[in-house]
Parts: sequence; structure tokens; C-alpha cells
Amino acid sequence: MKPRSLLVFLAGLAVLLAFLYAGEWVVRATGVPVPGSVVGMVLLTLALRLGIVPLALVRSAADLLLRHMGLLFVPPGVGLMLYGGLLRAQWLPIAGASVCGTLAVLLVVGSLQQRQEGDG
Amino acid sequence: MAETLPGAVLAVVATAAAYYGAQWVYRRTRLLVLNPVLVASAVVIAALLLLGVPYDAYNRGGRVLSYFLGPAVVALGVPLHLQWGEIARRGRSIFASILAGSVVGILTAAGAASLLGAPPEIVRSVAPRSVTTPIAMAIAQKTGGIPPLTAALVIGTGVLGSVVGPPLLRRLGVRSRTALGLALGSAAHGVGTARALEEGEVEGAAAGLAIGLMGLATAVLTPLIVRLLF
Repeated sequence: MKPRSLLVFLAGLAVLLAFLYAGEWVVRATGVPVPGSVVGMVLLTLALRLGIVPLALVRSAADLLLRHMGLLFVPPGVGLMLYGGLLRAQWLPIAGASVCGTLAVLLVVGSLQQRQEGDG
Repeated sequence: MAETLPGAVLAVVATAAAYYGAQWVYRRTRLLVLNPVLVASAVVIAALLLLGVPYDAYNRGGRVLSYFLGPAVVALGVPLHLQWGEIARRGRSIFASILAGSVVGILTAAGAASLLGAPPEIVRSVAPRSVTTPIAMAIAQKTGGIPPLTAALVIGTGVLGSVVGPPLLRRLGVRSRTALGLALGSAAHGVGTARALEEGEVEGAAAGLAIGLMGLATAVLTPLIVRLLF
């Protein structure tokens, strides 16, 4: 990475973190039932639309984080090991609920959206 | 600190090695069940159990990685901005689909758990598992579930939805890229969004939007539905 693009990357990361903390502040101040990161995502979208934040500033940091997002879910995934006993004792209702719930949401959202859009 | 730092670095390096190794296998084999998040988590769990390392010790390094989930969710603002036209044009249909998905998701999960004989605190822990971890934990807290169990089920749900989602939806004739992204984001939150980003930017943007909308709808609806029915 060239020094200049490294600088842009770090500045972009700082902007993303600033929006994260702004989002967390909004959640604390208003009590809306969503995490600060989701509010930060909405605020960043607005800032990009209004041209307050130039796309070129955040693009490389955002691309890197999104490309490696799966890696960030591994530590919470490993956390499943803490519930080995409970999962074994209640595996049937837990597995049944997870499978049915997940399939239901996929089916309802996917097919409803497809139907509303038609072929367009 | 002097003792924990090498361990934390080792945890990060081992997690990355497990994940990129799993991704390499996944790309070579194209087998959906070999989802990299699933395989890497299983490999790390097996290694920790084998070596007798407790989760807390591992997570001193692990949480350095999961810290970046916050800015990663914020970063979804970039595809949302780039795909704004596509998304805004479909505003009303998107709201309708996700609202329906949220109601059906809570009812099906809580209904299945209680039919299969789960005690109330388990029913209340599975109801919000389709949404992103911090929202799901807050909902479980509010309705009398077990928040850490919900957090674990959220990840399990994310992996499941990411594995079965794309082939299932294609078989059902879902061809719209927004529909695929919305379904993945609302059924499988961030893990589904990571999967949607593999398909393309439109899918990724729709999934990111779905995380927020599904989280909001489920946060409002779960206490109502659970209190009335379960």
C-alpha cells in the first residue's frame, strides 16, 4: 500500500468510528431500540448522500471491513461453546425453533419482495 | 498484561488462520455447508477444548476482532449510498416485506419452541434470534429470556440462513437481487449480509438495510407477541 492510500485508509477508518460513536450517542440520548452501529450506518448514508463525507474518503476502509466481515463473526461463534450443556439439554426445541424461524423469514421476505417487484 | 498479550495475539492469529483456511476450502469446493464462519468457529472450539483453554482467555484476543463489527456495520452505509436509487424506488415494498417477515419469524420460532416443549425462558430466548446480536440481546433481556443464549443462537441462525438462503430462494424463483439481499439480511443479519456481499453490491446494500429494519420491527413486536401468546 502506498503511503498516501494508507493515510486515506486510516482517515476512512477514523470517520467510520466517529459515525459509530455518533450513532451510540443518538441511541443513548433518544432510547431508540436499535444498536448504535445501525444508527451510524443510517447517518453515514445520509452524510454520503448530502456530500458531507466524500465517498473517496471512506471507500477503502469500508471495502476492507465488508470484505472480511465473516472473520469478525468467528469469536462470537466460538462463544457457542459456553452453552454446550444447555444446548444439549434443550437441543430439540432450540434447533426446531431456529430452523423453522430462519426458513420462515427467508421464505416470507424473499417471496413477498419478489412478488411485489414482479419482473421489473 | 505482559502475560495476556501474547495469548491475545495468538488468539487473533489462530482465528484468522482458521477463517482464511476455511475460506480457501470453501472457494475450492463450493460446498455451502462448509460456510467459513461455521467451519472456523468449529475448528477454534475444538482447538480450545483440546488444549483446555477457557473461552474468556480466548476472547481477550477474540473481542479485538469482534470490536470491528461496529465499524463494519457503519461501513454498510457505503453500499447503501451507492445503491440508493434501487433501494428508494422500492421503499414501500421493502417495508411491507420486512414487517411481514418479522411477525412470521417471531411467531414461527416461539411457536416451534413451545410446541417442542421448551420452558418459557427458552421460548423467550429464541423469539428474537433473527436480528443482529445487540438488538436480540436487548429484546431477550426485556422479555425474560437468557441474553447470552440468545446471542449464541443469533450466530447459529446467521450461519444457517447464509448456508440455506441463496439455494432455497433461487429454487423458489426469487430472481430479484434486492429480494435476495433483504431475505438474507432479515433472516441472518450480519452473517447473511457478509454472504449477500459475496453475491454483489445490490444484495449487500439491501441486506444492510434489512438488518436495521428487521431489528427495529422485531424490537417493537417481540414483547407484544410474547406477552400475548407465550
